[in-house]
Amino acid sequence: MLTLQFIPYSEIENLDSPSRIDKILDVVKQNKIVLMQGRLKPEEETLLIMETMSQIHKSFKGVEICTIYPEEKDLQLFNKFKKEMVKFLIGHRDGVTIVGPSSVVKEIRRNPNKVELFTIPGMASMGSSRKSTVTRKKATKKRTVARKKTTKRRTRGRR
Amino acid sequence: MAKKTTKRSKSSKAKTARAKSSKAKTARAKNSRKRTAKPKGKSSTTKKKSVKKSKKSEESFVIRFVRNFVRRMISNMFAKKKNIKLGIYGPPNAGKTTLANKVCHDWIGEKMGSVSKVPHETRNVNIKEEVTIKYDGKEMGFNIIDTPGIATKIDYEEFMSFKMKNKQAKSRAKEATKGVIEAIKWLDDVDVCLVVLDSTENPYSQVNVTIIGNLAARDIPVLIVANKTDLKKSNIKRVENAFPQYDVVGISADKGKNMEEFYESLFRLI
Repeated sequence: MLTLQFIPYSEIENLDSPSRIDKILDVVKQNKIVLMQGRLKPEEETLLIMETMSQIHKSFKGVEICTIYPEEKDLQLFNKFKKEMVKFLIGHRDGVTIVGPSSVVKEIRRNPNKVELFTIPGMASMGSSRKSTVTRKKATKKRTVARKKTTKRRTRGRR
Repeated sequence: MAKKTTKRSKSSKAKTARAKSSKAKTARAKNSRKRTAKPKGKSSTTKKKSVKKSKKSEESFVIRFVRNFVRRMISNMFAKKKNIKLGIYGPPNAGKTTLANKVCHDWIGEKMGSVSKVPHETRNVNIKEEVTIKYDGKEMGFNIIDTPGIATKIDYEEFMSFKMKNKQAKSRAKEATKGVIEAIKWLDDVDVCLVVLDSTENPYSQVNVTIIGNLAARDIPVLIVANKTDLKKSNIKRVENAFPQYDVVGISADKGKNMEEFYESLFRLI
């Protein structure tokens, strides 16, 4: 099961940058994909990267981020002014930010008008208790070794 | 009322102070006249002396002016020119260190760092100071700052696929995370920035957008370098379309292809 959690702009409107990032990372660490209304500032994006880097360990290997926002190309002066006024009044609500844990989201491919989200097969359903590929391989090895040992003992016993 | 009285008292105090100061001025002027007054009968000699003195003062002024001018010229000639801090940013394995090596090799005959196919080979910020680059009769000094690749995820298991042991891979991952943080911190200390991208890969990645957005927010001039143009899959037009507001140069740092155009656009940027 893949869980998407929506964070409306009203929830982060009054938060400062570090607490916004903490909020996003808290959700991501629960192996959920965050869909946030609005976009982070460039400084907040770097802060998010720095924070994820400082929190990386065995079970948390990073995030995949993508921001989509309407491009402001060839706007007339009046329209520009109108947009700026709206931004000033209601905040930067334009666009959507997607943040997912790298253990679930393999890649987010963004073309100008399209976003493709590739998940790791079988990982999304495992939730937070999932094991890494290496640990799973090790576990299967151990199991096979144990099986071999038991079969050997049985054969000796029969003899 | 109380306020009015205090105002009046203040104004009267000010008046008395002004009167005192004017008295003192007149007294100083009298004294100075007394000092400058000289005995009568010696006026011709004093005139000659004064002419001589004025000539001397003129000469000394000219000499002082010339001396200061020469001093300034010499100090300017030998003063250390401030080098431009040239940051090299980009995602891992884009060829940042290869480009830094190529530039350093071209102008000072040295290499800057080791290069490998394993991502996050550069895990510390490397600085090469005083690299003077000449192009078209111009000369500029640079401090080249080669940074670790910026990424949003680091998985030690990825390193294990390059035949690394578990412990080694984990320590490399830890160093890589620190390197990314260090690279981001250096964004504030850069004058000009080269964003090196792999031209064979999708340029619309969030890391590229974040780096360029941050540089734009800080008003730092950016040159996008589309590297690995010698490979078949490379597509410079895709990079140009992704970042239409920036100058894009296609090069192969490994093969040294199109470096002339790279230097030209670097000088144009500054």
